[in-house]
Amino acid sequence: MATDSLTESRERVDASRAARKGQTVALFPPAEKEVLLQKYHPDYKAEAYRALRIGPNAGQKTVHEVADLLEGDSPVAQADLKSVPDYTTDLLIIGGGGAGCTAALTARAAGVKVLLATKLRLGDSNTVMAEGGMQVAVKPGDSPVRHFLDTIKGGHFANDRELLKVLVEEGPSATQWLLSLGVLFDRDDDGNLRVRSGGATSTPRLLTCKDYTGLELMRVLKDALINEDVQVVEFAPAVELLSDGAGRCTGAILKNLDNNRFMTVHAKAVIVATGGSGRLHIQGFPTSNHFGATGDALPIAYRLGAELAFIDTFQYHPTGAIYPEPMAGLLVTEAIRAAGAQLVNRLGERFVNETDTRDVVAAAIIRECVEGRGVITPSGRRGVWLDAPLVDLVNGEGTLDTRFPNMRKLFSRYDIDIRAESVLIHPTLHYQNGGVKIGVNGDSTVAGLFVAGEASGGLHGRNRLMGNSLLDIIVFGRRAGQAAAAYAASTTQGPATLDHVAHFRDALRQAGITAPSASPRLIPDYVRREEATTRS
Amino acid sequence: MTTDHAIIPSPQETGQMPGFVTVEVMGKKYRVPEGITVIQALWYTGHEMIRGIGCLGGTCGACGMVYRMPGRFELLNGLGCQTTVRDGMWFSMVANYPAAQAQYRVSDLTNAKEQLFELYPESARCVNCNACNRVCPQGIDVRSSIWYAVFGDFQKVADLTMSCNMCGLCITRCVADMPPNLIGLYARRAQGALYAPQAEELGRRIADVAEGRFRDELDQLLTLDPAELKARAAALSR
Repeated sequence: MATDSLTESRERVDASRAARKGQTVALFPPAEKEVLLQKYHPDYKAEAYRALRIGPNAGQKTVHEVADLLEGDSPVAQADLKSVPDYTTDLLIIGGGGAGCTAALTARAAGVKVLLATKLRLGDSNTVMAEGGMQVAVKPGDSPVRHFLDTIKGGHFANDRELLKVLVEEGPSATQWLLSLGVLFDRDDDGNLRVRSGGATSTPRLLTCKDYTGLELMRVLKDALINEDVQVVEFAPAVELLSDGAGRCTGAILKNLDNNRFMTVHAKAVIVATGGSGRLHIQGFPTSNHFGATGDALPIAYRLGAELAFIDTFQYHPTGAIYPEPMAGLLVTEAIRAAGAQLVNRLGERFVNETDTRDVVAAAIIRECVEGRGVITPSGRRGVWLDAPLVDLVNGEGTLDTRFPNMRKLFSRYDIDIRAESVLIHPTLHYQNGGVKIGVNGDSTVAGLFVAGEASGGLHGRNRLMGNSLLDIIVFGRRAGQAAAAYAASTTQGPATLDHVAHFRDALRQAGITAPSASPRLIPDYVRREEATTRS
Repeated sequence: MTTDHAIIPSPQETGQMPGFVTVEVMGKKYRVPEGITVIQALWYTGHEMIRGIGCLGGTCGACGMVYRMPGRFELLNGLGCQTTVRDGMWFSMVANYPAAQAQYRVSDLTNAKEQLFELYPESARCVNCNACNRVCPQGIDVRSSIWYAVFGDFQKVADLTMSCNMCGLCITRCVADMPPNLIGLYARRAQGALYAPQAEELGRRIADVAEGRFRDELDQLLTLDPAELKARAAALSR
């Protein structure tokens, strides 16, 4: 590996910029794409995977980090279940991000009593961090059919087509709902919604709020929710679901993070919307995810017998920052590549079409690093250059300022001016492509248990298209909220037991799984345990 | 896995020993590696964080903090995940700050620009002290946004405050005791819901979908065999 300095390498990027501007790199032909993915994409690394030994997906493979959760033990003992519940509600929603808030607003409007419990603060989620935008086919030249085809192509044709049809058809009305709550999408001069280009789409389809789209959605949804009659319990993650002993979900056990005590919730229906799992650091990858993204839905739904889908595939976003060190893992939006920023190796050369699907671009970056054409940071991280200054060269001066103010700000905190300097990136663990298997109403394979957002699986197939997760949380958050409210209104509170946990423990023993770790994980463990050096 | 990438890489990984700085963590002195963030310094010194921690990407506003530097009289502010430690820095987290949040439903507002003064009467009390602008970690012109709100130019409020992460540090400093971030949120939502132009193309698309204009074609896609589906997708020009 060459040991030339960052500066020397960056100068080569500057030197080749004029020649690269306007240069076209062909998309990978399908056959070569398959070879590239199998050789370099983390999803294809056999030793990172193992087959599950118990539960509805027994025999199927997933990464060790997720398998550990699914084959983990409940932190709850029978004695922790109270006969007199701490809370009684029609509908319990677990998770206070975009999907959870959307479901809560919808269910409350449908007239049922709603309790929303969340691990950290209301609104703490990956939603708040989404920069790129939300895909909706609103332009006359675009259509839901085109949106469908772009998405399924990006998902390697594995997407659940029924879910996808719902997504593309309901996108426009979901957008109208957001507008009615006060979300400020960017507009054209004539007042219509402005669309931007995203990676791997055949036409510009991204609705944006500058590069603060997720933040804007989350601020509005959270504010709308706290102004409705919905009880919100913060710093109280769910650690177990409750069942009637006959396969129906009837509540949950929450953990009060202030006093570490368990609280019993009786509910006629439950929606799990706890988001993704980047903080599991699958295969040792850094992550772009929120501190709370520890995949809590997976083990609690699995123990109750819910089938999971596509839990062997994760999205490694091609462009996570790797320098300066405090920014490691942080996302650099894909929209900047769509706007003309190129990926360049240590030698100042391009190596991939930047608008190819995320998995292909990520694999190509890893290939450059493995084959010695990557750059090494002072902390030992490897990556390639993202030539941001090209954006202003291609689109005119001021484009980075007006369209990517957040990225400008984040790097400028470390004295890096992206108008003048390329930045270093490497794929970062970004999205859980799969999750709890759902139908078109967010219904899992367990009666009374609904799932929405990143915690669910099927819609995105084996690779999510940029901008489809913000639409996912709104469309399916609304659907799950509606369906769960109707279900709760049509049923009575069943017995709330931990029988399924006892059965699961039996299964663990029978499979010879001794000393399983506790799951869900809840909080990533970053605290240094050795004695810190004090001075006083 | 704790050997991941949220804390600084170990010297074994980097081949070099980091330098150290002395910081005062909520009133107690510690030596911590240079170049790490305030949040990472808290982990390094054994603090389990539940409050005052969020996206770790400078976007969610959970980790507002207050600090002083030696030799300077000012109280400084920042986000814990975005501020690197420096020698002599003394910091404390401001994980939460009491604020009087108005109750309203945007769709029920009849005259939002006037109702601002019923919901947030304190919004008219700005004395132009400029403390909010100095404290804002996003560099927002908070003070102007309040005046634009008071004078009913909600679009201008939206333009100025789109990057607000709701950290609430402005509330801690406002001498008029107002919550500038919540007033901005109110004005933005009202602007979006009540004053923004109709998106006509969106309205037409919703009507098209309701009339079932895409239904047959989508239903056909549900049953296509994979090869045909691939051909259809490949036929889209880029």
